[in-house]
Amino acid sequence: MANVTVTIDGQRIEVEEGMYILQAAEQLGIKIPTLCYYPHMAPYAACRICAVEARDNKGWTKIVTACNYPVWDGLHVVTDTPRVLNARRVNLEMLLSRCAKVPVLARLAEEFGITEPRWGQGDDTCIKCGLCVRICDEVVGAHALAFADRGINREISTPFKLESQDCILCGACARYCPTGHIQMTDIEDRILHSELMLGPNAAIRIPFRQAIPNVPRIYGNQCIHMKTGGCMLCAKVCPKECIDFNDRDQIEEIEVGAVVVATGFADFDPTPMKQYGYGKYPNVISALEFEQMNNAASPTSGKIVLEDGSEPRSIAILHCIGSRDENQHKYCSRVCCMYALKFAHLVKEKTSAEVYQLYIDMRAFGKGYEEFYHRILDEGVNVIRGKGAEVVPAQSNRSEEGGLLVCCEDTLIGKYRQIPVDMVVLCTALEARADAADLARKLSISKGADGWFIEAHPKLAPVSTTTDGVFLAGACQGPKDIPDSVAQGSAAACQALRLLSMGEVMLDGAYAVITEELCSGCKICNGLCPYTAISFDETKKVSVVNAALCKACGTCVAACPSGAIQGRHFTDDQIYAQIEGILA
Amino acid sequence: MSFEPKIIGILCNWCSYTGADLAGTARMKYPPNVTSVRVMCSGRVDPGFILDAFAHGTDGVLVCGCHPGDCHYVEGNYKCLRRIPLTKVLLQGMGIDPKRLHLEWVSASEGARFQKVITDFTEQIRALGPLQLQERTFDAATAEANGTTGSHATAGQPAAR
Repeated sequence: MANVTVTIDGQRIEVEEGMYILQAAEQLGIKIPTLCYYPHMAPYAACRICAVEARDNKGWTKIVTACNYPVWDGLHVVTDTPRVLNARRVNLEMLLSRCAKVPVLARLAEEFGITEPRWGQGDDTCIKCGLCVRICDEVVGAHALAFADRGINREISTPFKLESQDCILCGACARYCPTGHIQMTDIEDRILHSELMLGPNAAIRIPFRQAIPNVPRIYGNQCIHMKTGGCMLCAKVCPKECIDFNDRDQIEEIEVGAVVVATGFADFDPTPMKQYGYGKYPNVISALEFEQMNNAASPTSGKIVLEDGSEPRSIAILHCIGSRDENQHKYCSRVCCMYALKFAHLVKEKTSAEVYQLYIDMRAFGKGYEEFYHRILDEGVNVIRGKGAEVVPAQSNRSEEGGLLVCCEDTLIGKYRQIPVDMVVLCTALEARADAADLARKLSISKGADGWFIEAHPKLAPVSTTTDGVFLAGACQGPKDIPDSVAQGSAAACQALRLLSMGEVMLDGAYAVITEELCSGCKICNGLCPYTAISFDETKKVSVVNAALCKACGTCVAACPSGAIQGRHFTDDQIYAQIEGILA
Repeated sequence: MSFEPKIIGILCNWCSYTGADLAGTARMKYPPNVTSVRVMCSGRVDPGFILDAFAHGTDGVLVCGCHPGDCHYVEGNYKCLRRIPLTKVLLQGMGIDPKRLHLEWVSASEGARFQKVITDFTEQIRALGPLQLQERTFDAATAEANGTTGSHATAGQPAAR
């Protein structure tokens, strides 16, 4: 497109033909006030605050709206003459007559020296600029808002003033409304409590601060473009054109020489343990939620607060929720004692609250851990040996003490106690991920009854699995703290590298062999092999074992009706000889 | 002297043999009557092994494998689970009490369970007494009397140990 030269307030600039005055002025850094303008959308010129004076060389002059007046070659624009300012002032006065209470207009009024609008002071908050309608149509594409009625009765409305089925609750109208006429009060509350306590999030964002790769990703369930096909604002503003809406999750096949399983654990959901009131009482929170609250990047900026935003006066930290429990998980989750002590330390550091630790046994097992425990004791944390039995709301006559009562048996003094607290933190168990069984099956590794993957040998091969080339690291093998996970991860990586650096794989000598002369070609063994190591040779009409795939389980050996298959190192002859030997 | 049964224990390499190992390293005590034969998987247990053991005069056979769902070879233990009841039917036909054959799941972490399984099975066999293998011959007259062909008549002679 051809370039044209325009002069704005005496400054010459070459811009593309068809560009509006406002955009050209923006390039020169000249500020023109606007209310109804939004980039990436066609201008509408409803508020008329952006009035400027356009001139040519022959003495023609006119007041125009900068947002929708296209530039032409030789155009002169002035933005600060008394005539321009007067035009803006009159326009603003008319807006004020309808909406005198709107802060943004009040600020502009101050700027233009308007003390009292001549035509009264209405209490409306909508300036009928239509920005919301246009955003909903042009950007969002939901078409849920429109102007209704006409003349002085004109207003913004959903069709027939009913709750619109087309509204996708994106909140764009409320966000861009210049006067605050549209509010999202009810919705905002729902959004705030949707994902733990993280608060509202943009549909495109970096998942969390240390995310790898540290780039934004689009959350499809929130993205307006995914819902309506509209918006695409992020793509419009990205200077590098990195946004690709067509990108989808893909399944890629990668050839590898070793696999390190480091799938971690899942957090035990304490909701089914009704006695603790998780999900029922808002100030009963899980350890992960407490940890998140303590994060400096959390909505509370790392402050420890109750549901109502006030600082708790007392906090109970309940150990072993879901672990060391006959009804849930029998095992010890190993990390909870120490993070519970850390929580107590954080509470003491950030607040003046009393802290109660309710534990079964204090398992401060690691290097420096016992010392930390003693430090906590010195900080004045109340440690009570007895598992928290129940959390109930405090009776009204004790409500000044706090909202909750934690019931427990203090086994050291042999007494039943009820401790009034404001907040309860549940140290939930680490449990195996729900999909551990799927992964175990995929990798042919075994998992124990608790769902944790089993190492090849508890002492001699703690990172190997029973499948060659698959190694375990971290909490997927069992509850583990960070130092242990790092150590095991390093070991697993080392084992994997050892395997890779060898270049070739040494196979176990034990595998099944088929004697061709004896094989009748019945194919019974073909379907039995869990590793599909047995195939059928159609030309010879016999089954063939792929020794590299065979893991020597011997299922086929036991099943072969003609005794054609023998498991090396576990042949029938060897086992019969053993039995004979034992019984001799 | 009380009767000391001689029992063959066929253990899978990954769960039960490791479990037995654990029982050993944990210094758990259990009767010495069970002598173990290691196979890679309970799916490797050929009914022939069991029959052979009884033919050689064992008083009982204990087969141990991984718990269902835990098999190192994914589903070898299910194969075993199908074969053992069939073998029991065979044993019954041979005049051997099917209680002398027992299938049990013991995982690698269940040393204590292995101890209990061994103790219980040994006691069970001790209660059953020594194996009395009886020589059987086909007696057409008895078969006819029973209305079945191929049924076996008992000669009443205990087999020599």
